Amino acid sequence: MSSPFVQAMVAAAAAARLPGSGIAWLDAARRESLDAFAAAGLPPARGVEAWKYTALRTLEQRRYALGDAQAGARAVAPETWTLPGVDGPRMVFVNGTFRADLSALDALPAGLTLVPLSRALAEDAEPLRFFLTRMFRASGDAFARLNAALAADGAVLRVAAGARIAAPVHIVHVGAPTEAEIAWHARCLVELGEGAELSLVEHHAAAGAAPHFGNLLSDVVLRDRARLALTVLQDADAGATLFRRAEMRLGADATATLHALELGGALVRHEVHASLDGDRARFDTRGVFALRGRQHVDTRLSVEHRGRDTAGDALWRGIADERARGVFQGAIVVAPGADGADAKLSNKNLLLSPQAEIDTKPVLEIYADEVKAAHGATVGQLDERSLFYLRSRGIGAAEARSLLTYAFCRAALDSLSNAALAEHLGTRLLARLPIRGED
Amino acid sequence: MLKIENLHVRVAGKEILRGLSLEVNAGEVHAIMGPNGAGKSTLGNVLAGREGYEVTKGSVTYNGKNLLELEPEQRAAEGVFLAFQYPVEIPGVNNTYFLRAALNAQRKHRGESELDSMQFLKQVREKIKVMQISDELLHRAVNEGFSGGEKKRNEIFQMALLEPRLAILDETDSGLDIDALKQVAQGVNALRSPERAFIVVTHYQRLLDYIVPDFVHVLADGRIVESGDKTLALKLEEHGYAWVGERGAVAEARA
Repeated sequence: MSSPFVQAMVAAAAAARLPGSGIAWLDAARRESLDAFAAAGLPPARGVEAWKYTALRTLEQRRYALGDAQAGARAVAPETWTLPGVDGPRMVFVNGTFRADLSALDALPAGLTLVPLSRALAEDAEPLRFFLTRMFRASGDAFARLNAALAADGAVLRVAAGARIAAPVHIVHVGAPTEAEIAWHARCLVELGEGAELSLVEHHAAAGAAPHFGNLLSDVVLRDRARLALTVLQDADAGATLFRRAEMRLGADATATLHALELGGALVRHEVHASLDGDRARFDTRGVFALRGRQHVDTRLSVEHRGRDTAGDALWRGIADERARGVFQGAIVVAPGADGADAKLSNKNLLLSPQAEIDTKPVLEIYADEVKAAHGATVGQLDERSLFYLRSRGIGAAEARSLLTYAFCRAALDSLSNAALAEHLGTRLLARLPIRGED
Repeated sequence: MLKIENLHVRVAGKEILRGLSLEVNAGEVHAIMGPNGAGKSTLGNVLAGREGYEVTKGSVTYNGKNLLELEPEQRAAEGVFLAFQYPVEIPGVNNTYFLRAALNAQRKHRGESELDSMQFLKQVREKIKVMQISDELLHRAVNEGFSGGEKKRNEIFQMALLEPRLAILDETDSGLDIDALKQVAQGVNALRSPERAFIVVTHYQRLLDYIVPDFVHVLADGRIVESGDKTLALKLEEHGYAWVGERGAVAEARA
């Protein structure tokens, strides 16, 4: 007997009329994905390593309506998405639905294509066939299957070979209040041609209480020598459930950086799977999660080195206060033949309360020779000596704690080259740190 | 200003201070000397309010208040300053930001207006000259990558900026070469005033050539066993701490 969550999703799929329906290959792919999802359901509570730290029991019991019929008319103030240092093309989705009126897609720079998936399917679905018919059999990811079956919109972004897009592109997913609890599924495709350059900001924001279920699946492809600077600001509603999965492929000499700041959500799973296919491909990641209340945020990073002389440097920081729980699972895989790989993974965490919990699991799998790989993970408390030093100079206990906690996370954001954005992320982080009475 | 009476302090279950009494008045400089393990650093830490120091007996009165009841930041705002023996490196916290936060927190506590960055920088410029600290250190993280001498000079610079009423220097001379020692002493002497008192904790007499104390006390086995003027330090230099130990034992036998 399948769970209420699965039943509701399957029932909604039967009634849904998704963009592009009627296209035979797409209908077939959606049907196959849905059947696979319905048959397997959500990952079981036990026995699946990837879900060891994140229980889906509560989610299993929830029934979400599919999509928000009023999404096109919901009022969302610009303050919801405005970010300093991010003033390029903008694509805004409200409750999973593309909003042309809130987006800024006029006069796109030469070499940049940015259209909503719904329109791309209506105009010419064929170029998307490769991505949209990809089956998630091997990974068996329930949420990817669900997304493949039900995604109604998303962003299709292409940068032509050699094009350098100067202004950062801003893709915003806004959760807005609705009458019923809703689910949205968005699919994004990002493709950078040979030697193309792009700075991209994925931004999750809330325009009021929005305890929705969001499911975002992104395919990111960097052709040879392409460069991508990706920043993720996850500032969703505190009641939101958010599953995000990015699958990245990097060609020879391609370089990608990821800076992620996770602040919002009640239950969040953030997966990044990168495959460094080409020689000398490089993928550096920096991430911070700052949690409180009963938030549960699970980050799963997996970087597979396949080409020769590839590199990856991962530096992640986590802090959990009150009864929050953070999870970091970081895997570095060096495939046979991927000689000369240089991989680093560091994950340090701070517990700010005795009830908080952080689980960190770094994994190294090396099947090649001449590999440099290092990893380290810690979970600790604030350094009492530092705390006393600050207090002995007159800084109150609460402020001293905030200052030290902020300093602890800061290293992960420092390398962001967009200074205005980096400062904003720092400010957002600082605002989230616990200011509590003397204890 | 400060009155310590029969102070007993335990650290990690072990009694370190065992009946220490000391009275310090405004304008005075008291040197506290003693062998390693006598409890010199414990005294500084307990006065500054560090956790883990359990006062089992005795009292500390500071300007009429029970100092032991105050949080470390309250003591700082009331004018108590500890120059650390081992200043802590705090990566990610900018030195200037830290100093301004500290100064403003103290001013706020005293009901004074907070300084904006212009006013603050003006004060910094004035004080920085005295300590010969390079601008560059101000822009680094607190004590991070500072040499031993830079760390100690930074402590004295902080003291100059925060203008405490009671400054406790915990072995500020340790690990300093003679030039750095002179600079530190110069910084301290510049701050000497009739309103301000110093407790200079040191293992060696050398520092007292440059910071001339009004009183010298010998701390051994957790209490002050000998007090005198600056000539006591010279005697110690000559005879060593064993001499005091013998005299202390004699005094105890007599009592």
